[in-house]
Amino acid sequence: MSEDNYGEKKNIGQQYVTIRLGGQLFGLQIDRVQDVFMPENFTFVPLTNQKIAGVLNLRGKILTAIDLSKVFDVSAVNETNSQRPAVSVIHGTESYVFLTDIIGEVVTLNEELLEPNPVNLNSDWAKASIGTYRLENELLVILDIDVLIEDLLSQDAA
Amino acid sequence: MDDLLSEFLTETNESLEVVDNELVRFEREPDNAQILDNVFRLVHTIKGTCGFLGLPRLEMLAHAGETLMGCYRDGAPVSDDGVSTILASIDRIKDILAALEETQEEPEGSDEELINKLLNLAGVVTDADAVKEENAPVQEEAIEQELDILETEKEEIKEGGGGTLGRELKPGEVSLDDLEAAFRDAEGPDLSLPKESKKEISSKAKKPKGEGSLANQTIRVNVNTIENLMTMVSELVLTRNQLLEISRRHEGNEEESEFNTPLQRLSNVTGELQEGVMKTRMQPIGNAWGKLPRIVRDLSVDLGKPIDLDMVGAETELDRQVLELIRDPLTHMVRNSADHGIEMPDVREKAGKSKEGTIKLSAYHEGGHIIISIADDGKGLPTQKLKEKILDLGLASENELESMSDNQVHKYIFHPGFSTAEKVTSVSGRGVGMDVVRTNIELIGGVIDLKSVEGSGTTVTIKIPLTLAIIPALIIETAGERFAIPQLAVSELVRVNLGSESRIEKIKDAEVLRLRNSLLPIVRLTSLLDMDKKKPVADKNNLQISNSTFVVVTQVGTRSFGIIVDEVFHTEEIVVKPMSNMLKEVSMFSGTTIMGDGSVIMIVDPNGIAQAVGSSLDSDAHEQSKETSTKKEDDKISLLIFEAGTKDPKAVPLSLVTRLEEFDVERVECSGDRNMVQYRGRLMPLVYVSEKTKDKQEGSISLLVFSENERVMGLVVDRIIDIVEDRLELQVDSGREGFLGSAIISGQATEVLDVGYYLPKAFSDWFERKEQIGSGTRKLLYAEDSQFFRNMIVPVLIGAGYDVTAVEDGIEAYDLVKGGEKFDIVVTDIEMPNMDGFTLTRYLNEDKNAAHWPVIALSAFVGPAAKARADQLGMFDFIAKFDRKGLLDALKRSEGVIDVEVAA
Repeated sequence: MSEDNYGEKKNIGQQYVTIRLGGQLFGLQIDRVQDVFMPENFTFVPLTNQKIAGVLNLRGKILTAIDLSKVFDVSAVNETNSQRPAVSVIHGTESYVFLTDIIGEVVTLNEELLEPNPVNLNSDWAKASIGTYRLENELLVILDIDVLIEDLLSQDAA
Repeated sequence: MDDLLSEFLTETNESLEVVDNELVRFEREPDNAQILDNVFRLVHTIKGTCGFLGLPRLEMLAHAGETLMGCYRDGAPVSDDGVSTILASIDRIKDILAALEETQEEPEGSDEELINKLLNLAGVVTDADAVKEENAPVQEEAIEQELDILETEKEEIKEGGGGTLGRELKPGEVSLDDLEAAFRDAEGPDLSLPKESKKEISSKAKKPKGEGSLANQTIRVNVNTIENLMTMVSELVLTRNQLLEISRRHEGNEEESEFNTPLQRLSNVTGELQEGVMKTRMQPIGNAWGKLPRIVRDLSVDLGKPIDLDMVGAETELDRQVLELIRDPLTHMVRNSADHGIEMPDVREKAGKSKEGTIKLSAYHEGGHIIISIADDGKGLPTQKLKEKILDLGLASENELESMSDNQVHKYIFHPGFSTAEKVTSVSGRGVGMDVVRTNIELIGGVIDLKSVEGSGTTVTIKIPLTLAIIPALIIETAGERFAIPQLAVSELVRVNLGSESRIEKIKDAEVLRLRNSLLPIVRLTSLLDMDKKKPVADKNNLQISNSTFVVVTQVGTRSFGIIVDEVFHTEEIVVKPMSNMLKEVSMFSGTTIMGDGSVIMIVDPNGIAQAVGSSLDSDAHEQSKETSTKKEDDKISLLIFEAGTKDPKAVPLSLVTRLEEFDVERVECSGDRNMVQYRGRLMPLVYVSEKTKDKQEGSISLLVFSENERVMGLVVDRIIDIVEDRLELQVDSGREGFLGSAIISGQATEVLDVGYYLPKAFSDWFERKEQIGSGTRKLLYAEDSQFFRNMIVPVLIGAGYDVTAVEDGIEAYDLVKGGEKFDIVVTDIEMPNMDGFTLTRYLNEDKNAAHWPVIALSAFVGPAAKARADQLGMFDFIAKFDRKGLLDALKRSEGVIDVEVAA
């Protein structure tokens, strides 16, 4: 695909797992991604932040699932959580699960080509992303996993 | 931190703990050379490592300690002073280590004094040549000693080799090879020092060879490794459960038999594995007791009471997590026993006990729990003093206290209020921090109990779960979600039916359940968890639950409450997993767990619920009002709001009401011209606030039950609305009979019921209605021991325009006056505990500030003798308790007196 060609010229660079949320393409640094799976058996956790979809059991580990479409305020393609592909990422010593709309392929991109976010980008988005790549057909927003999770951690405490 | 350093710290801290205990033992058995050998070896190791790591301060201190111990080992007589000094130096080493851990550097400071003392002790008591050198001035000596150490270490290593030193083989040992290398490099300095004594030392230190091989069988494993292992095993257990589930479903199929055997094997192996891993988490409880002998020894020296600490069952194992959590409470309780429980030796002798007090600490397993008991043979809890304190603090009324067993009274020492007051120590002995102990124990799902016999000792028993990792829990469902409630908090399950005896009733929004003889506040898990919206709206406002529901009766500490859930499934052993950081803020949950089917469920935290109950329900307003009523009356009090006759709200102080009841109208019987109901096997006269209510022919009536002593009456109202906390400030006098006036309560004009008007309607002798309400704010001091009368008279007095301070007895009243509080008038009961009204009056007469205050006596007994005594004391008036009119008249008359006094 075109995305691949873009980075293949040098064949060095950062690899990203691409996900789609409400039509927008996002990228997650691959070294932070542990698993890609279809979740089942969500457990709703009362009294928590709306953005937290619940907890689930991933091979014996109980992980907190974050609904990315709620974080970025876009409407999810599938309303049912269990129909939404999920990706588990590591933050510090804990793992979290991101619910997405579509999980795409892995792209390799030269980090030098990462551009800062446009200044007119919604501040919520800008805060949670490191920068943007110009792909041939569209733009790829790279997520800042740490900021995103830290933000939720502090929101919950508030 | 440097690996070597951190390892040194862990190891040294462990060694020091052993040294502590061994020394205490040694003090008792000074002839036991093995103990001394052991201690000597440990200190020696510490010294050696310190030298290697370049920690001169520690090294010198350890060396001095070692020198003194060397003397003892060589046969010098052991003195108390010596052991104390060695212990002091060990403490100093601990301090330095703690600082070292923080800053990774030795703290500044001098140990010269301590070292000198150690060396002096060594010098004075010995003549062996081993200590000759120590008699030289310390400063110069230091360098030489350092060399000594190097020398000794070297000798030792050469002789014994790295692995067979004969002391316990610990990871720190790894550094020995390094040590050797280091020493080789350090070769050179003066080797001409006499070696004989050191050789002797090192050879002696190696004696108990047997230990080495035993110690070899243990390894040190990082806690995280075990935790991970545990997680994996839990995972395996769950997978096995799933497999078993599948196999059950396919029962009878062809494939079944094929799978069965290996599955069975897998099942067994998994079970064993689980058990095995659980075992690795277990540690003997002795680890938590490690510091106790030393603490008791120090206390025993400080307090001058000989105390024997007897520890039984130190090998009883429990989860290390639990172990950590009970360490401090245990220490606290043992300290309490030693400090307050055990009497001084002369007192003990008089009481016919042995001079030496005994504290017995024991631990054993009992069905999934571990029972720890701390028993002392001391003086026990002084029940009478406790009772006084309880009254003082207003935790219970006299009547309540009377009906309590000693045991119940003793339990009050766990009450939070009990510990805060410093006085408790002087009055009752125990109590400081016992509530903290209880909280800590309960936090880990434990139960604490106490038995005390005055004069012969106290036993505190703690029952705690073996492990926090796996707990039995009740699986319930609410709003379509399953939750687990720890079984330990659940006292019973009640099925509530519409028609059944146990039904849920409402006081405003507060739901309550009649459970046997008490009203149980009820919370809905759905509303607590804010899951109402998930349920159909029609259900929400429906008080009477459509069909049967379950109430999980939960007890947290002394508080009981019911949790309404939709469904109760079963009890299951669940593996508790910690909550994700993101969810930690939700106090309603304590953790998560994975069910057999692989789904995750949340574990409800009873403590969290209890807190939420406290804030959302006013149902323990009864208790709160008790506390507030003794305070100054501008504090908020609990008021029961109801409707009677009209829709306007009416209020009555809740503390006056004994119970709220509801009766079917049909049960109302007529006797003469009065209505009555049969209540608890007796006839209770009914008084109607509004005549309209009397005509009610069907349905039920709401009653406020008032009782004192033998008399019980029911006041019929239309509807009970709410219980609120508010100030009772009468703003408008009521023209209506039966009401004191109106006040703003919860932002609404509310008529305040004059209970005193209705009571005589039921029993004509109860007392007469009060009449006139005075004006002006005068400060009135009211001493009355009976809660009931305080609650009854105070509103009257406030109604009459006084700023009332109510106290419980003469002493309290006099304390206030002594403290400089000024009053215009004093109203006092005559019969009171501690100091009666007459005595109070006499004291007041002697006080220059208070001498001119008119004193009105209120008494239940108005005899001529008492009247004469009152006159003699110059009391303003003497009035019967039930005579409100008389009281108000007297107050009015007294105003003239006050004015005159003020004018003069």
